[in-house]
Amino acid sequence: MLRLEKRPTPSRFWTAATPVLAVLLTMIAGGLLFMILGKDPFAAIRTIFWDPLFNEQFASYSRPQLLVKSGPLILIAIGLSLGFRAGIWNIGAEGQYIIGALCGAGVGLALYPMDAWFIFPLMVIAGALGGLLWAMIPALLKTHFRTNEILVSLLLVYVAEQLLASMALGLMRNPEGGGFPGSRNLQQYPSASNPELIAGTGMHWGIVAAFIAVIASYVLLNRHLLGFQIRLTGQSPRAARFAGVNPNALILFCLGTSGVLAGLAGLFEIAGPAGQVSIDFNQGYGFTAIIVAFLGRLNPIGILLAGLLMGLTYIGGDLAQFMLGLPAAAIQAFQGMLLFFLLGVDVLSNFRIRIGKTEAA
Amino acid sequence: MDLSAINPLVLIASLMVASTPILLAALGELVVEKAGVLNLGVEGMMITGAICGFAIAVETDNPALGFVAAMAGGAILSLIFGVMTQVLLSNQVASGLALTLFGLGLSALMGQGYVGIKPPATHDLNFGPLADIPVLGPVLFSHDAVVYISLALVVAVWAVLKFTRLGLILRAVGENHDAAHALGYKVVRIRILAIMFGGACAGLGGAYISLIRVPQWTEGMTAGAGWIALAIVVFASWKPVRVLIGAYLFGGITVLQLNLQAAGVAIPVEYLSMSPYLITILVLVIMSADRSRAALNAPASLGRVFHASS
Amino acid sequence: MTTLLNIDGLTKAYPGVVANDNVSFSIQPGEVHALLGENGAGKSTLVKMIYGLVKPDKGRMTLHGQPYEPAEPRAARAAGVAMVFQHFSLFDALNVAENIALGMEKPPAMRDLAARIREVSENYGLPLDPSRTVGDLSAGERQRVEIIRCLLQDPKLLIMDEPTSVLTPQEVEILFKTLRKLSAEGTAILYISHKLEEIRTLCDGATILRLGKVVDSCNPREKSASELAEMMVGTKLTPPSRPEAEPGEVVLEVTNLSVKSANPFGTSLKDISFTVREGEVLGIGGVAGNGQDELLSALSGETLAPNDAVRLRGESIGHMGPNPRRHIAVLTAPEERLGHAAAPDMSLIENALLTGAIRQGLVRNGFLNWPATRIFAESIIKQFDVRTPGAGNAARSLSGGNLQKFVIGREVLQKPEVLVVNQPTWGVDASAAAAIRQSILDLAENGTAVIVISQDLDELMEISDRFAALNEGRLSPPRPARGLTMEEIGLMMGGAHDMEVAHAEA
Repeated sequence: MLRLEKRPTPSRFWTAATPVLAVLLTMIAGGLLFMILGKDPFAAIRTIFWDPLFNEQFASYSRPQLLVKSGPLILIAIGLSLGFRAGIWNIGAEGQYIIGALCGAGVGLALYPMDAWFIFPLMVIAGALGGLLWAMIPALLKTHFRTNEILVSLLLVYVAEQLLASMALGLMRNPEGGGFPGSRNLQQYPSASNPELIAGTGMHWGIVAAFIAVIASYVLLNRHLLGFQIRLTGQSPRAARFAGVNPNALILFCLGTSGVLAGLAGLFEIAGPAGQVSIDFNQGYGFTAIIVAFLGRLNPIGILLAGLLMGLTYIGGDLAQFMLGLPAAAIQAFQGMLLFFLLGVDVLSNFRIRIGKTEAA
Repeated sequence: MDLSAINPLVLIASLMVASTPILLAALGELVVEKAGVLNLGVEGMMITGAICGFAIAVETDNPALGFVAAMAGGAILSLIFGVMTQVLLSNQVASGLALTLFGLGLSALMGQGYVGIKPPATHDLNFGPLADIPVLGPVLFSHDAVVYISLALVVAVWAVLKFTRLGLILRAVGENHDAAHALGYKVVRIRILAIMFGGACAGLGGAYISLIRVPQWTEGMTAGAGWIALAIVVFASWKPVRVLIGAYLFGGITVLQLNLQAAGVAIPVEYLSMSPYLITILVLVIMSADRSRAALNAPASLGRVFHASS
Repeated sequence: MTTLLNIDGLTKAYPGVVANDNVSFSIQPGEVHALLGENGAGKSTLVKMIYGLVKPDKGRMTLHGQPYEPAEPRAARAAGVAMVFQHFSLFDALNVAENIALGMEKPPAMRDLAARIREVSENYGLPLDPSRTVGDLSAGERQRVEIIRCLLQDPKLLIMDEPTSVLTPQEVEILFKTLRKLSAEGTAILYISHKLEEIRTLCDGATILRLGKVVDSCNPREKSASELAEMMVGTKLTPPSRPEAEPGEVVLEVTNLSVKSANPFGTSLKDISFTVREGEVLGIGGVAGNGQDELLSALSGETLAPNDAVRLRGESIGHMGPNPRRHIAVLTAPEERLGHAAAPDMSLIENALLTGAIRQGLVRNGFLNWPATRIFAESIIKQFDVRTPGAGNAARSLSGGNLQKFVIGREVLQKPEVLVVNQPTWGVDASAAAAIRQSILDLAENGTAVIVISQDLDELMEISDRFAALNEGRLSPPRPARGLTMEEIGLMMGGAHDMEVAHAEA
């Protein structure tokens, strides 16, 4: 029988190696899944992980897509990781993403067709505030009434989706759209659009923001007192209280930051790649970002890499759907599996596995 | 707008149908949490149960087999969570989220060929003349078997937790797993069984949505019911009878807002649709604001990782 | 008379440490047998093997001459072996009867069980109400629940792990009478302790463990306490010392401090008043769970008090949180080392930052000075002889004694005006304990006002200038420690509460 033995100090090797191991295990299990679906597992894995970047036929289209898909994932995951480290579970980033997008787009649409340099910056601020507002609901309910932030933030996603539907069909509907749902296309309104900054790279302001967030959170966690307090609170709330950490301030900071970043991600998406407010412009980035945060081990650099990998599975998934007829849902299951394997092999970093007699457990 | 179109008797009867999935899932989660485990994967287990039940019911043309398959599907999925959290000692919050994300993907995959199909009908139980009693008949004696099973389950969970040794051991494990271990109880085994019970209940609840309530299969059709079930466990302060009240309250709001939509009330459809979620949040706030009671009723080991160090 | 339990060559190894190495001894029916040893000597592992919680790597046991290999506690209980745990195996939210039922194989119906509990508890002088919630009971009452749970199963061997640490001296007397009565009825008792006087009064035989090995066995009644101490520790220990000194001005003044406990099963502080002077050690005794944690929180600033209830040199500081108090040199070291005083998974460097950030100037404009923090951590390790491969190691990798030296050293090096320590030597080996006590006395000699909260009365008598006791959240008026008798101390701690001597007839 296998037996777990707690390591005196967490293993550095396994801390770094577990995400790689998890990805490999997921590829194997995913391959099996694709085989059951009647697809060639090797072709499927290659189509998802290799072709988007290196197949000459597709790479010119899909390489820029990598940044487009990864940017919002990284931006949201960075925000989530701060809270997750402190034991504050914002799982409603999807809702904050939607509200950020609605607020930002709302400002842009309200000012249409004015032409001014400040419109886009104003939209960015509105997007950040929208995400912040939506995240402050679970935060304030937690600090004032100790309401569980997991449930509140998640339930607010459904509320946000209804608001989105209402906006897309009502207030923000394009008056010149011939009655079709959806707003004006912001990409055709230069003052309010988030354009591709360098042609052919997919780079837009959201990607820039994501990189800044990675660097800022790295500095925060490793060099700043606040980052230390976040880590301390997550590991040992009582020790944090003893060290003078104000738990309520930390809740507001962590949820607020993740709300702002998710809101920004939403704004950059709706003003850029998505272009318009429509019922289903959100693609579940807020949920996938949870996987990204864990896959990156809640570490900024790790999240950067994990975000790129996860972005790749989105593009690769589309490609596999197009090339092999692999259902879109298969990629969703694949991503969920990845999180499972990651959490499962995580045991290696804190425990040694011994083979031998079992204790009475 | 025509509010008179809303018949209170039909409302109550349909309220019971609307509540049953959440009631089942919440009862299962209550048992899991009483054993000290927080499984946030209810949504994932429900949707998996929904498709498992739907697929088997369609293939065999037998809804009863569908429900059994749904319970098995939910239990198997929850077993993954059980192994993750109890054997591999993963974080329960993260593993529960993983279960939900995986369940949503898996169910969508499994349901590829079942979109737009009508499942075999589940018939209401025949109570003969009882169903003809005015008022009581349509409210109490006009439902399918699962509604009555869910009500019986409320009583069973309550009685087992309160009066039996099994219930005592389950509560002990959730209250202080180290002490239970020191007395020689198999903490891990008991918890895994509780988790699987929770999975089976959630699966059954999910299948109720796809086979009776809607009845058809669409991706993500549970639409947050699993999360609401989690909220109802908190609302109920871990008491089975209050879970019943919570679930029926929620079902009532859902049915009422649907009726208001149908009656053409001058509130946009979207705002009516979000009302159940908003009211759930409101109820959560009210419950958690009462500090002393919430703290005393929550199982003390809830969500903590158990590792027998000796 | 046949031997009740015979232990032959039991060995159990954990990674990096042999907890029990070829341990052998035997217990006769009705014998009160002491298992004596320091923290970490392997007593707990040994009794866990007897109780079926841990399986030995090697060696065998016989009970009544029959091979005895309990696979789990259930089997041990069925064979007539019962155990009272040091850290109670009780469930706070359940009532007394439910707790007892959980420790029995085939409990009777709840109503019958309640009647049996009343009967047995009266009989042995340990009154208990079966319907009370265990979380609301005092430490002494909780121990009674454990004892009654064992007695209801008519054990042949009763294992007691450090049972007196939660009792007042008067309650200890009564417990001993109960144990003698049990022994007279033929129940053998395996009594685990490091308290020598207790063992000398109670036990018929003793086995002494050191570093996992049996080093000696004796009849404790024929040995002096210092002889027993030497057998247990292996060397002679010098008691801590300091020159006589007159205490200076009043530094900390606590007046009518009442604070409600944050924990639903905690003890609220009621109307506590005392003062501490420069260079003085105030010892606060009392059974665990009588408000020690709450008092420390109120002094550290984790729980805020009415502003005037706590004063430093006349300035009100009750409203200050932990960090403002650190600014004015009011420092504390809580009882729980892992998870309160230190974060288990963080390195010693990070743990040095935990309380040292302010007074050591380790933070500038919110940014951390890691090199300076490392130097601070290393100086704690060096000056307080903390045994660890390096400051980068996680706190949880240290032994209890070494981590405690680190935690105390971290505060001492910050030059406190007031230092409050809760249970400074709990679960710490004798040499580390001696070093910690000496460092506390040295600090006082340099003018710091020190408050030591402890369950260990011997320790308090050794180092305190004045003594007070916590009982149900109230503090007795402090009295000079010198010349206090155990009787007086016991009364300050609340006497025997409602325990009574075991009835003579069985």
